[in-house]
Amino acid sequence: MSATPFIVLSAILFTIGCVGVLTRRNAIVVFMCIELMLNASNLALVTFARAHGNLEGQVAAFFVMVVAAAEVVVGLAIIMTIFRTRRSASVDDASLLKY
Amino acid sequence: MIGFWILAPVMVAAAIGILFARKAVHAALLLAVVMIALAVMYALQDAPFLFAVQIVVYTGAILMLFLFVLMLVGVDASDSVVETIKGQRLMATIVGLLFGLVLVVGVAQVSLGAVTGLDEANAEGNVPALASLLFSRYVFAFEATSALLITAAIGAMVLAHRERLTPKIGQSERAAQRMRDYTEHGKPLTPLPTPGVFARHNAVDTPALLPDGTAAPTSVSRVLSARGTVRSAPALADDIEEFITSLGHGEDTSRAEDSAEGGSGPLGPIAGDPSQQGDSQQGDSQQGDSQQGDSR
Repeated sequence: MSATPFIVLSAILFTIGCVGVLTRRNAIVVFMCIELMLNASNLALVTFARAHGNLEGQVAAFFVMVVAAAEVVVGLAIIMTIFRTRRSASVDDASLLKY
Repeated sequence: MIGFWILAPVMVAAAIGILFARKAVHAALLLAVVMIALAVMYALQDAPFLFAVQIVVYTGAILMLFLFVLMLVGVDASDSVVETIKGQRLMATIVGLLFGLVLVVGVAQVSLGAVTGLDEANAEGNVPALASLLFSRYVFAFEATSALLITAAIGAMVLAHRERLTPKIGQSERAAQRMRDYTEHGKPLTPLPTPGVFARHNAVDTPALLPDGTAAPTSVSRVLSARGTVRSAPALADDIEEFITSLGHGEDTSRAEDSAEGGSGPLGPIAGDPSQQGDSQQGDSQQGDSQQGDSR
C-alpha cells in the first residue's frame, strides 16, 4: 500500500491537535491535543521508515515517545501545582505575568 | 490494507470528538481510541515493537496519568465557554483548517515513490534490528534519554512536593480539640449515631430511632438531609400490616402452633408499637420535606 494515505491521515490528526491547542481552555485537554500532535508525527515517521526501507524512522518514533512521556509527567505536575494554588485548571486563569 | 480504511475514519472522528467533548474525561477516552488505533496502524506498517510500546506507554501509562490528574483536579472541571480574546475560537478554527488544507494538499502533490517495505530491514526480526541500531548509531541519544527521564522524575517529585507549613495534628491534639469543642460549643464528645439498621432497611438514608421513637437527625448525612432523600422513620413500618397478612395467609396451618406459643410472633410488637403512632406527626413533616426535595 502506498504511503500517501498514512501521511495524509497524519497531517489531518496533526491539524486537529493544532486546532485543539488553540481553541480549548482546559489545560489538561490542551495537553491531550499536544499528545495527539506528537502521535501524528510518530505515524508519519513510521510511515516514512516503511517507505524508505530502513528502521531509522522507527527509532526516531521511539525517541519521540520517550520525550513525550517525560514531557507529560512534568507538564501534568505543573498543572497540578497551578491547580493547587489557584483552584483552576483553565489556561486563562494562569495570567499573573500579565499584570 | 482494509484495516487502514476502517480505522482512519474512526481515528479522525475520535480526534474531532476531542475538540468538542465538554468533559475532559470524555476527551481522554477518545484519545485512548485514537492511540489504540494508531498502535494498530504501526502493526500494519511492520513495526511490532512500536505497536507494543504504543499500547504500553501511551494507553497504559500516559493516559492513566491523565485520568489520575483529572480525578485529582476534579472530573467536573469543564471548559469555560467565555472567550478571553474576542473571536479567537473562530480565527483559530479558520487558521487550523487552512493549515490542514495546505498540509494535505501539499502531501498529496508530492509523489513519495514506490514503497520499499521493511522486509529486508526486518529480516532478523524487528526488535533485534531496532536494538542493533539503537545501541550502535543512536547509543548517545539513548544514554541522553536516561538523563531526560531522571530529570523528569525529579522534576515531578519537586513539583508535587508540598512543604508542611502547620504542625502535624496527632491523636492527642485531636482528642484535646474534641474536648474543647465539647466544652465550648457543646458538640458531642462521642461519635455521631450510626444510621438506623432495621430488618428490612439498612441503607444510610434510614435514620436511627431514639428511645422515644423519634428519628435521630444526626444519624444521617447532612448531604442526604439537604437533598431531602432521608427516609421517614415511621413510614418504614407502613406496610408491616399487609406483610403480616400475606404471611398469615400462606402459613396459617403450619404456623398455628408457633403463633399460639409465641404470642403474636416477633412482628407483633413492631406493628403495634405505640412510639410509631406517637411520632406520626413528625414523620409526616419529614415526608413533606422529602417531597419538596423531590420536586426541586
